Amino acid sequence: MIRFEPREHVSPLRRVAAPVVAAVAALAVASLAIAAAGAPVLEAYGLMAKGAFGSAFAMSELLARAPPLIFTGLAAAVAFRAKLWNIGGEGQLYAGALAAVAVGTGALALPGPLLIPTVILAGALAGGLLMLIPALLKVRLGADEVVTTLLLNFVVILFVQMMLEGPMKDPMGMGWPQSEPMLDEAMLPKLMDRMRVHAGLILALVAALGVHILLKRTVWGFETRAVGENPEAARHAGIPVTATFLRVALLSGGLAGLAGVGEVAGLKGYLTADLSPGFGYAGIVVAMLAGLSPVGAVVAALFIAGVFVGADSMSRAIGVSNYLADLVVATSLICVLVSGLFVRFKVRIVRPGTGRGTA
Amino acid sequence: MSDILDILLAANFWAAALRIATPLIFGVLGALICERAGVLNLGIEGIFTAGAMAGWMAAWLGAGLWGGVLVAALAGAAFGLLHAILTVPLGLSQHVSGIGVTLFATSLSYYTYRTALPDVSSPPRIEAFQPLDIPILSDLPFLGPALFQQTALTFLALALVVAVGFVLYRTPLGLAIRAVGDNPSAVEAQGLSVMALRMGTVVAGSALMALGGAFLTMSAFDAFFFGMVNGRGWICIALTVFASWRPGKALIGALLFGAFDAFQVRLQTEVGSFVPGQIFLMLPYILSIAALVVVARKADYPRALLKPYFKGQR
Repeated sequence: MIRFEPREHVSPLRRVAAPVVAAVAALAVASLAIAAAGAPVLEAYGLMAKGAFGSAFAMSELLARAPPLIFTGLAAAVAFRAKLWNIGGEGQLYAGALAAVAVGTGALALPGPLLIPTVILAGALAGGLLMLIPALLKVRLGADEVVTTLLLNFVVILFVQMMLEGPMKDPMGMGWPQSEPMLDEAMLPKLMDRMRVHAGLILALVAALGVHILLKRTVWGFETRAVGENPEAARHAGIPVTATFLRVALLSGGLAGLAGVGEVAGLKGYLTADLSPGFGYAGIVVAMLAGLSPVGAVVAALFIAGVFVGADSMSRAIGVSNYLADLVVATSLICVLVSGLFVRFKVRIVRPGTGRGTA
Repeated sequence: MSDILDILLAANFWAAALRIATPLIFGVLGALICERAGVLNLGIEGIFTAGAMAGWMAAWLGAGLWGGVLVAALAGAAFGLLHAILTVPLGLSQHVSGIGVTLFATSLSYYTYRTALPDVSSPPRIEAFQPLDIPILSDLPFLGPALFQQTALTFLALALVVAVGFVLYRTPLGLAIRAVGDNPSAVEAQGLSVMALRMGTVVAGSALMALGGAFLTMSAFDAFFFGMVNGRGWICIALTVFASWRPGKALIGALLFGAFDAFQVRLQTEVGSFVPGQIFLMLPYILSIAALVVVARKADYPRALLKPYFKGQR
C-alpha cells in the first residue's frame, strides 16, 4: 500500500530536480523507441545534442524555435495557475498569426515603429478574445472549458484555411493557400546576421518576466493563485472570481496569440495553415515542466526547442523518424507529473495492518 | 425544401448517419463508463489514434480483421492502464494526465507507423470489413439499405450499447461502478476496493475507445492516415455530457450527430459552390460545443468526478 504524506516544507532543490529527472527519464524511455527502430541509441542522442547545441548555427536554430514554446508555455502556466484549463493554445496561436497577417501585409499604412507594435497588439488581442469565448461559456453557462477550447482549435484552423484559400490568399502565391507576405516594416528584426533567430525571442523573455512580476508582486497575481487553489474560499474572501477567470483567459489567450505573431512576423513572413507543429499542445508540457513558473517556462521551452531542433537534425542524419521529438515531449509530461509527486509528498510504502512503513 | 426532404428520405442518408455515428458510439460508451467511475479520460483522442493504428497494422501484418480489432482493444487497454495508474493510485490531475496520455499515444502511434513504413508514398491498404448481408433484414425495402447493410463493427457498437447499459443498471458490478463515481467512501464501507473498480473501469473504457479508432481504419477506410482521428475523441467527451452519462442517450446523441454530419455533407454538394467547404467542416465541432453548452447548466456530473480517492479517506 502506498501512502502520500504532504511535505511541510518543499525544498527548492527538490523543486528544480523534479523536471530534470523527468526530462532524463523521458529521454531514457524514448531511447527504447530508438532501439526499436534499429538505430544506435547513443549515436542518435549524440546527433540530437549536436544538432541542438553543437554549433553557433545550431544554437541560433534552437533560439529561433524557442519563442512560440515560451509563449504557449506561459499561456498554459497562467491559465493553469487559476485552474482555467486552456487547452486551446494551438487555436489561439493561429488566431494571433491571422491577426498579425491581417494588419501586417499592407492593410495598414503605418511607419515601421508604429506598425510592429500594432501587429503585436492585434495578435495578442485576437488570441485573448478567442479564449474569452470558452471562458464566458464557463462562467456564464457552466460549459467545461477543456472540451470547448479543444474543439475550438479545429474550428480556428479550418477558419484559417478558409481565409487562406479565400479572401486572404496571396494572388502571387502560385496557387498555394498562403497569405500575402508581411511588409518588411512589419517584420520583427533579426538578432543575428544570416540566422533565423529574431526579436520575438526578446519579446518572449520580456513576457516571461512580466508574467513573473504579475503573478508574484501584484494583487491580480494573488487573486489568480487564490482562485486556482480554491474558488469557493476565494469567493468568500471577497475575490472577484468571475472577473479573475476572464482576466486570466484574456492574458493566457493573448500570450498564445503572441506565439503566432512571432512565427509569422519573426520567422516565416507569411501565414500557412501548417504554421504550428503543435506548439499549442507542447506549451502545456512546457508549463508543467516549469512547475507553472514563468521563469521556469523559459528554461523548459529551451529544452523542448532543443528536442525538436535536435530530432530534426538527427532524423536527417540517420533516418530515425522525427516523431521521436513528439514522443520525448509527451513522455516528459507524464514523467514530470510523477516526479512532481515526490516534490509535494513523502511517498511511503505502508505494510498492510501494521500502519508503519519505510520510506 | 424538397431537396432537403429528398436527402432525409434517402436510405443511403440514414446508412451514412449510422456509419458516422459508429466510432462515436464506441467513444462515448468508453468515456461514459470512465466518468461514471469518477475518472475523466482525456486520453481518448490519443487512444482513438492508437486503436486506429494498432488495429490496422495488425491486420496489415496478417492477424486478420478480428485479430486487428483485438489488438486495437489491447492497445487501448494499455494506454487506459497508464491513465488509470496516474489518476487513481497516484491521484494526479485527470486533466493533465489525460492530455499526457493523448500526446503519448498519438506520438507513439505516429512514430511506430513511420518507423514501420519509412517511405511509402501512398498508405498501404488492407481488405477492410465489408457490409454484412443479413438474410431478410438486408433485403427489406428502405430499412434494409438504411440500417442493415453495415459492417460487423457497427452491429458490435449497437450491441455494446445494450451490454454497457445492462452491466451499469442491472448488475452489482454496474451498481458498484456508478457508486464509485458518486460516493467512493460508501463503496469502501461495503468492503469493495475503490482503486480496483476505478482502474478496471478506466482500462475497459479505454479498450472501447480504441475500437472507435479501429473502426476508422478497418471499416470506414482501409488505411491509416496522420491526423485521421481529427477531434473525434474530443467530440465524444462533449457528447458524453450531452448524453447525461447514459448509454441509451449516448446512442441517440451519436446518431443525431451522425445524421447532422451526413446531412451537411449532402448539403455541401447542393450549395458547395456558394459556401466555402471549411464552413461545413467546422459544423461538427461547433455542434459539439453547442451540445455541451445546451446541457451544461443542468448537467448532472458524477459527484466524485475528477476527485482522487485515497483509502481510509472520509
